[in-house]
Amino acid sequence: MDFGQSVTLSALGVHLLVGLSRAMILFIVSSGLSFVLGVLRVPNVAHGSLYMIGAFAAFTLNHAFGGGPAGFWLALVLSPFVVAGVALVAERALFCHLYQREHLMLLLFTFALMLILGDLVKMIWGADYRSITAPEALEGSLPILGSSFPKYNLFLLVVGPLVAVGLYLFTNKTRIGKIARAAAVDRDMVDAIGINVSWVFAFAFVLGCFMAGLGGALVAPTISVTLGMDHDIIIEAFLIVTIGGLGNMWGALLGSLIFGVTQSLGVMFWPQFAIVFPYLAVVIVLVWRPTGMLKSVW
Amino acid sequence: MQRGPFSWKTLWPYAAVFAALLLLPVALSRFYVYITAVIFVTALLAMSLNMVVGHGGLYQFHHAAFYGVGAYTCALLLVKTGLPAWIGFVAAPFAAALAGLLIGWFCVRLNKLYFGMLQISLGSLLWAIAFRWYDLTGGDDGIHGVPIPDAISTISSSYYFVLLVLAASVMVMYLIYRSPFGKTLQAIRDNPERCEAVGIHVRRHQLLAIVIATFFAGVAGVLFVVVEGSVFPDLLFWVLSLEVFIMCLLGGWFTFAGPMVGAAITVALRTFVGTYTEYWTLILGVILILLIFFLPEGVMGFIIERTRGGESEG
Repeated sequence: MDFGQSVTLSALGVHLLVGLSRAMILFIVSSGLSFVLGVLRVPNVAHGSLYMIGAFAAFTLNHAFGGGPAGFWLALVLSPFVVAGVALVAERALFCHLYQREHLMLLLFTFALMLILGDLVKMIWGADYRSITAPEALEGSLPILGSSFPKYNLFLLVVGPLVAVGLYLFTNKTRIGKIARAAAVDRDMVDAIGINVSWVFAFAFVLGCFMAGLGGALVAPTISVTLGMDHDIIIEAFLIVTIGGLGNMWGALLGSLIFGVTQSLGVMFWPQFAIVFPYLAVVIVLVWRPTGMLKSVW
Repeated sequence: MQRGPFSWKTLWPYAAVFAALLLLPVALSRFYVYITAVIFVTALLAMSLNMVVGHGGLYQFHHAAFYGVGAYTCALLLVKTGLPAWIGFVAAPFAAALAGLLIGWFCVRLNKLYFGMLQISLGSLLWAIAFRWYDLTGGDDGIHGVPIPDAISTISSSYYFVLLVLAASVMVMYLIYRSPFGKTLQAIRDNPERCEAVGIHVRRHQLLAIVIATFFAGVAGVLFVVVEGSVFPDLLFWVLSLEVFIMCLLGGWFTFAGPMVGAAITVALRTFVGTYTEYWTLILGVILILLIFFLPEGVMGFIIERTRGGESEG
């Protein structure tokens, strides 16, 4: 066992930074899940599939635009919209007819969506591994704390907080964002004052899925894009949302930080069981506060 | 007046089905006997889930975790220790029930979605352990070639073993379903506040229901080991939990035998559609959507509703 062998201060710092940058991806994905959960009160099991589609769409768009820096940036900007389009179609065609039904049915619908989207991805992109290279400006490493640190992870550390601020402004300062938050608290009242709640839900669902697509497009250069990445992310996002407080965006941020950092520290201290550390952190948080750290919106 | 739980009038169709199933290995090829055994295992798992979901109204989102605990306990005891096989068979359901007690104890304090989310987290922890603890569980490879006792190691003898255990388990479940405890549980599902108000300890009933259901999930885990001779981490994965959920929905939540029908349909479809196309999950997803839109009471629920409607007209 190489337990604790590689623990030095600089290694610790780098692992922390890697964990934080991983947390940014987790935050972007889980904030979308949390938003849908808050407004629609449905755990969207298909969220991970939309994340996967985001990554695959980024791959295809990147190629379509020639693969250089322009391709990368265009793919990054456009693929969340592709995902949002998929979500809008699924929502308006099928999902919106179920809002009056039991929550379990809504959950099972999203599961059906996950099964279908998973196989559609297999049909369109196949089972091969795909990869995207980041543009030159974000490739390579920078020396930090005496070790080298990948530039792309630094980029993620910048993007994450920007997205958090943007999402906060959007949900708290714009009219549609405020309506969505109001519908989360009391949908009957929102309905009563003459707002079309069905479209508010559609908006919330599409925005949440947009975040999943953004997360997928952002993560694509750091991993190999392949089938099965939906299964991994969705369970992590579920856990993060649970420990953060259902529907609470800052809870999603806090949960992501806990999850990302415990994961990377786990990799450092005990690689074989690294996967167990974040789960343990989740259990500890939930034993301490069963309804999550921050207040749930409902 | 209510009939007793085992009056001949209600029982004879089941007895007929049971007799037909006893004769099945004579009539069918080995492959179909094996598939039927797989259906039985899955049916028991779905029945055990429905005890808490359909009759208890709990969001038991990660039932497969307990199935996996049962299967792994059985397989590990058979492979790693020299104990007689029956000890493994008996210990596994209790291990699953213990896991159910521990996880359930945390979960029952919460409501609905939080209950489900917490259970997914705790169950995924079990999955992570099975997935990563190579020295004990074989990691993602799982454990293969579990030594099954000779008496039940052939396909037809394991079929009979699984059939008998399933029949016994379902009978016990039916007794529980019809018992005062079962009725109380259904009352809690329909109106927890009122039950609380008339002095029923809601949480304790729910916890007991979880322990019983996870015990039977553990039995299903043992049967899986008997049929397949191997275990792997997918048994504890949350995707399987949701698939079993679908079986309950497909068969009918609020009927007793519905989940068995749902399991049979799902396994049969997977087996036969799976030979024609690799996009089996796509078809399952489409079926599920059709079900949600057009048949939310499930197949059995639909049939019962129809036959009852016919009776009242006549």
